[in-house]
Amino acid sequence: MKIMPCPLNGPRNINEFVYGGEVSELPDVATAPDSDWAEHTFYAYNGTGIAREWWYHVASGYWFVAERHRVTDEIIRTYDPAVLAEEKAQ
Amino acid sequence: MPFALLKYGLGSEYPFEKHADLPPPTALKKRYDVVIIGGGGHGVATAYYLAKYHGITNVAILEKGYLGGGNTARNTAVIRSNYLTSEGVRFYSESVKLFRDLSNEFDFNIMYSRRGQLTLAHTDSAIRAFRQRAEVNKHFGGKTELIDPQQIRELVPTLNMYPGQQPVLAGLWHMDGATARHDAVAWGYAKGATQRGVELHQLTEVTDVLVRDEKVWGVKVRQGSAEHVIECGIAVQAVAGHSSLLAAKAGFRLPIVTYPLQAMVTQPVKPFLDPLVSSPAFHCYVQQTGRGELVFGGGSDPYPLYNTRSTMELKEELLAHAVELFPFVANLKLMRQWAGLTDMTSDYSPIMGLSPVENYYLDAGWGTWGFKSTPICGKTMAELVATGKVPDLIKPFGVERFSEFRQVNEMGATAASH
Ligand SMILES: Cc1cc2nc3c(=O)[nH]c(=O)nc-3n(C[C@H](O)[C@H](O)[C@H](O)COP(=O)(O)OP(=O)(O)OC[C@H]3O[C@@H](n4cnc5c(N)ncnc54)[C@H](O)[C@@H]3O)c2cc1C
Repeated sequence: MKIMPCPLNGPRNINEFVYGGEVSELPDVATAPDSDWAEHTFYAYNGTGIAREWWYHVASGYWFVAERHRVTDEIIRTYDPAVLAEEKAQ
Repeated sequence: MPFALLKYGLGSEYPFEKHADLPPPTALKKRYDVVIIGGGGHGVATAYYLAKYHGITNVAILEKGYLGGGNTARNTAVIRSNYLTSEGVRFYSESVKLFRDLSNEFDFNIMYSRRGQLTLAHTDSAIRAFRQRAEVNKHFGGKTELIDPQQIRELVPTLNMYPGQQPVLAGLWHMDGATARHDAVAWGYAKGATQRGVELHQLTEVTDVLVRDEKVWGVKVRQGSAEHVIECGIAVQAVAGHSSLLAAKAGFRLPIVTYPLQAMVTQPVKPFLDPLVSSPAFHCYVQQTGRGELVFGGGSDPYPLYNTRSTMELKEELLAHAVELFPFVANLKLMRQWAGLTDMTSDYSPIMGLSPVENYYLDAGWGTWGFKSTPICGKTMAELVATGKVPDLIKPFGVERFSEFRQVNEMGATAASH
């Protein structure tokens, strides 16, 4: 059984979690052209490196971020989304 | 074929097939008119039809592993055309028609077997969706009907009609549903193509796509430790799960995410299951092979990955459902398990046709549904290569649909409904 280190609940079975897509920047709602929305909606990261992803712990209703290697499946780091806000503020 | 068979049957010598094998490998040439990247079913079928219908034979198929060793070797060989969209049904029914004649055309038995495919509805909303699919199918000449529980019992007497908390309420009975030997499809096409002069280079990986002024002019390949540059007029990429990686080498992105898809097979038992049976609500489908094994498959893995490992999680979930549908299979042993890399699009339709690079054509986004389309993909891609015009049948599947918000929402795809 693969283990996901949840920032809130600690290590848990991966099938308690749902994958929620790549962490990406929302286009500017007021000004972004259609092409930016197409890019944002359909063109996700699909490389062979480390991806930044949303994950959801179903039982506790908790969203967080995981950095995971797309070839080895190694989960390198998980953290609370507050970290994203801090990064943005900097 | 039948007379030859009779002659061998009466003769005392072991039948000797002159072209039983593929020709031995040759050295790569400096230039080809057409280079096909990926020696799966789609790549070799494209080469076959290029040679057969368009007389284009200065063609090289470049395959990093072995002929048909990718998803072509890993799929569960469900052939059907009972999709939902008009674009999809029209396209897949052409493929089913081509499949029927392949054994004769190749003079090589692909073991095409028309068994019919039964999809189960456990809710009223599923029945409504099935009605729509049946009508769309009939409109395009397919044989698909909505059937009731009594008819299901007659078709599959061993099915548990009250699995879990969700009784079987109705079925979508697709009489054109079939299966075939997937390896034979790849070999049949490869033999036909190489006999007509096409070169198949296995263990030849494309490491770069060479583009000048937004036009492809060649590819870089690696054979063992040797590197070569090959020039080409046209290049086609048909690399399934690796589609995004190849496109990146050509300098553009694709709206594709790669997910593993797993399947498994049990030890053989006496024949009891003729149709292919699928339950979207139970995320599982099953069929019995000619050898008696049960093949189980379902939806893609829950998160993206470039890795063909198998997992315990998927097996537990999928087989728990399978046992509800057919309780007596609980004691069977699994013999093999495997996974392939599927190139998933968000509308569950393929990406075929032109790319942002001139003379570089795409056959991608085949996800969990591309074995059944092998013949028609080969035929339409060959037409595109030969004429430079996108055939009508594949026009709806161009990559530009994602920037024009013109998706072909194929909810009849296995991954979509599972
Ligand atoms: C478990 C499973 C079950 C499935 N079940 C069904 C089913 O029941 N019905 C159905 O219709 N479809 C099914 N599919 C989907 C189907 O298998 C694929 O869509 C189809 O086989 C794709 O064919 P292809 O020729 O494009 O790809 P492949 O057969 O994968 O061929 C692509 C080839 O490209 C090669 N390649 C990759 N990168 C390079 C490179 N850089 N240079 C050179 N070569 C390269 C690979 O080695 C590979 O051989 C299933 C898939 C899986 C994994």
